[in-house]
Amino acid sequence: MTDIPAKAAVPSVSSGSLLLTLMKARTFIALIAVLIFFSIAAPNFLSTANLILMSKHVALNAFLAMGMTFVIITGGIDLSVGSIVGLCGMVAGYLVLNGIDLQFGYTIYFNVFEIALITLAVGILIGAVNGLLITRLNVAPFIATLGVLYVARGLALLSSDGRTFPNLVGKPELGTTGFGFLGAGRVLGLPVAIWILIVVALGAAYLARYTPLGRHIFAVGGNERASRISGVRVNMVKMFVYMFSGLCAAIVGLIISSELMASHPATGESFELNAIAAAVLGGTSMSGGRGTIGGTIVGAFVIGILSDGLVMMGVSSFWQMVIKGLVIIVAVVVDQAQRRLQSRVTLMQMAKAG
Amino acid sequence: MSAVVAHDVILKLEDVSKVYSGTVAVKRANFEVRKGAVNVLVGENGAGKSTLMKIIAGVEQPTLGRILLEGEEVSFSSSGDAVNRGIGMVFQELNLFGNLTVAENIFATREITNRFRKIDRKEQERRAAQFLERLQAGIRPDMLVEDLRIGQQQLVEIAKAVSLDARILIMDEPTSALSAAEVEILFKVIADLKARGVAIVYISHRLEELIRIGDYITVLRDGHITGQDEMRNVDTRWIVRQMIGSDAKDFAKADGHVPGEEIFRAEDICLPRATGGLAVDHVSLSLRAGEILGIYGLMGAGRSELFDCIMGRHGQATGAIFIAGKRVKERDTTRRIRRGLALIPEDRQREGLVSILSVASNLTLASLSRFVRLFHIRSGPERQAVTQMVRELAIKVADPAQDVSSLSGGNQQKVVIGKALLTGPKVLLMDEPSRGIDVGAKADVFRTMRKLSRDGLGILFATSDLDEVMALSDRIAVMSNGKLTGMFDRAEATEAALVAASALGHGPAPHTENP
Repeated sequence: MTDIPAKAAVPSVSSGSLLLTLMKARTFIALIAVLIFFSIAAPNFLSTANLILMSKHVALNAFLAMGMTFVIITGGIDLSVGSIVGLCGMVAGYLVLNGIDLQFGYTIYFNVFEIALITLAVGILIGAVNGLLITRLNVAPFIATLGVLYVARGLALLSSDGRTFPNLVGKPELGTTGFGFLGAGRVLGLPVAIWILIVVALGAAYLARYTPLGRHIFAVGGNERASRISGVRVNMVKMFVYMFSGLCAAIVGLIISSELMASHPATGESFELNAIAAAVLGGTSMSGGRGTIGGTIVGAFVIGILSDGLVMMGVSSFWQMVIKGLVIIVAVVVDQAQRRLQSRVTLMQMAKAG
Repeated sequence: MSAVVAHDVILKLEDVSKVYSGTVAVKRANFEVRKGAVNVLVGENGAGKSTLMKIIAGVEQPTLGRILLEGEEVSFSSSGDAVNRGIGMVFQELNLFGNLTVAENIFATREITNRFRKIDRKEQERRAAQFLERLQAGIRPDMLVEDLRIGQQQLVEIAKAVSLDARILIMDEPTSALSAAEVEILFKVIADLKARGVAIVYISHRLEELIRIGDYITVLRDGHITGQDEMRNVDTRWIVRQMIGSDAKDFAKADGHVPGEEIFRAEDICLPRATGGLAVDHVSLSLRAGEILGIYGLMGAGRSELFDCIMGRHGQATGAIFIAGKRVKERDTTRRIRRGLALIPEDRQREGLVSILSVASNLTLASLSRFVRLFHIRSGPERQAVTQMVRELAIKVADPAQDVSSLSGGNQQKVVIGKALLTGPKVLLMDEPSRGIDVGAKADVFRTMRKLSRDGLGILFATSDLDEVMALSDRIAVMSNGKLTGMFDRAEATEAALVAASALGHGPAPHTENP
C-alpha cells in the first residue's frame, strides 16, 4: 500500500470507532430519549407515583425478557412464556381458594409462601418440558415451545372452565391470607415486585458473567459443535435456560394474580412477543451468542415507557402498536449496521497492520 | 517471467490483494493464465492459492487490484458473473447439494427446461451421463450425491465444471480424494480440454503431479507470489525453495527421547456409516507416553471419524478405549475430556472455536472447572492461565479480551491447541493440525508437538501431508476406507509404502499388520 491511502484510512477508522460507540450505546440513548420526550410531552410523567407505576409494568415484561435473553443467547426461542404466566396464575389462585383435595375427605391448604414455591416449581417444570422436547426429542425450539404454548393455555382454561378465580384474599383459619403482598406490598417505599426484579436481575447478570454455566450459555449459542467438543454439556445448558425462562414466567404469573387478587386464565396472552422485543431491543442477537441482561432490562424499560407514555399522551392504542413495531425494526436495522461497521473497522485496522 | 510466449494470456490479475478479518490472504499478486495450457499454482496450506482462485471465479472480490480478461478490465460480483464470462471452478470444499441427484447438481442454477418452464429431467440425466462417461466413474446421474464416496463426489464436482464449457477452468486440489486410477482418468480429461484451447488453472500439493501435467508454474508463499516460470525450466528443488523460502521445511527435530509405557489403546473401534458400511472399520491401535503416532490417509479415509469415536462424539460407535491400561467406560465427551483425552478438530471454524467469544474465553472454555470456587469463576487464576498459554504457545494477540475471529489462522489454531492443553490431557488427538496456517505458525505447532511429547503426552495426529507425517511421527499408521491398512516404524517407512497402503481397502479387504 502507498502512503496516501494509508493516511486517508486513519481518520475514517477513528470516526468509525466513534460511530460504533454511539451505536453500541443505542438502547441507552433510546431510553434517555423516550424519558426526555415524555417528561416534556406528558404532564405528570415524572411524578413519583407514575414512575413507580410504570416500573411495575416494566418489571413484568423485564422478568420474561431476562428468561428469554438466555434462551435466545443459546440460539433458541421460548414462545410458551405467556401461557406459563397464565397457567401459573391459575395454579396459585386454585391453591388459595381450593387447596388440594386428597380424595378421602381431607383437603390440604398451603400457606402463601408454600403456594408461591409450588407455583414457581410448576413454571420450572413446564420449562423442563420445553427443554426435554428440544434436547431429547430434537424438536425445533420454535415448534416445541409453540406446542407448549397451546397446551399450557388450554390447561389454564380447563382448570377453571374458563372462569376467573376471584377474590384471592384467603381465609385466616386456613392460613391462606396475605397473597396480596407480592403485588401490592412495599419494602422501603419500593413495590415488592421491583425488589424481586432487582434480585433476579443481579443474579442473572452474575450468572452470565462469573459462572461456568453463564460462559457455557454463550458458548453454546456461539458454536454448539465446538462447545460439545470442548466438553460443554450442551443439553444441560439448554435445559437450564428453558427452566429459568419458566421460572421467570411463574414469577410474573404470581405477581399479576397477586396485584389483581384474582386469576384469569387468559392472562399473559402475547406476553412472549413483548419479551422477545425487549431482548432484541437490548441487543440480544436472534442468531445466538450475543446479549446481556443489562441490555435486556434497558430494552424492557424502553418498550414499557414508550407504551405507558403514549397512553398518557392519549395516543390511540392502534398507533401505539405501529410505533412499537417501528421501534423494534429500527433497533434491529441499527444492530445490523453496527455489525457491518464493526467488521469493517476491524478489517481496516488489520489491513493497516498487515 | 519467461520470454517465450507459446500460449496467449487469457486472464491477468494485476496487483490483486485480498484482506479477510483475521488475515491478509493475498498481497499484491500478479498472475497470468494462458490458453490451452495447464497453469499450475502451488504453495503451502494457507499461502493464498484458494483465495486467489476464488477471486478469479468471482466468489470473492479483491480488496485492491484489477482483473483483465482478454485485455479488458472486468469485475465479477458473483460466481454467476464469472461463469457467464466462461470461468468455471472445481472447489476444494465440495460445493454439492447432498440431497439432490448427480444430474440435478451438475445442472444446478442452469436447469434444462422444456417449453412450459418445467425441468426436463430426462434430458438433464442424458447430458449428465455424457459428462460422467468421460470421467469413467461409474456414477449414475440419478444417484443422490450424499450416497457417493468422497472421491466420486469430487468427480461429480469435476463433471459439473467441465459441463460449463468454460474457457478457463480452475481446479482446486481436484485429486485430494481420488484413487490413482481416477487421477489418470482426470489427467486424460485435462489433456483433452487443453487440446480444445481451454486454459486450466491447477492447484495441488502433490509436486509429482504438477511436474507431470503443468506447463506454467506459479508459486505462492504467505500471500506473495514468489516465483513464476515455465514448468520445463524448473525442478522440484526450485519449487520447494520458492514455496517455503529455504530448502527444507522447518520440522522441529526429534530429540531422541524414548517413549514410555503405553498410555492409550483403542480396540476394535467401529462406526457405522449412515449409508451402510463402516466409516471406521475395526481399528485397533496403541500409543505410548511421549510418542507421536501419525495417521496418514486420503480425504474420507476415516481418520476424523476415528478421532470422533475416541472422543465419544458418536453414540453408535463400538469398541473399547483404555487410558494408561484402564478401560474408559465414560461414553460422553465431557467425561472423556476429564479422563485425559483432548481433540484438536480439523475444522477450526466449525468445531474448534466459538468465534464470537474472546481469545481468553475460548482458551478456558474446556477447563473452566479448574478456576471455579463453588460456582464462581475466579478471574485471577483464569487470567494467569490465559497469559501463560499465550506466552507458551507464542499466540500473537495484543489483548486476550480481543475477539478470537480477529486473529490470523495460525494464531487461531494455537488458541484451539491451548484450549485442549489447559484441560491437562494425557492423550492429544490432533486432526490436520497444520491445515490452513502459515509457515511460521506451522513450525510453532510442530515445535509444540515435540515439546509435548517430550513432556510425556501421547499424541495421535492425522494428516494427508506425506512430508509432515514422515518428519514428525515416531510411528505411522495408514488408514484407507475406514480400515487401518498399515503400521510402520519411522525407520522402515517409505513414501511409496505409505501411498500404497493409503490406496488399499478400496478393493478386497487388506491384511492389517501390527509391528
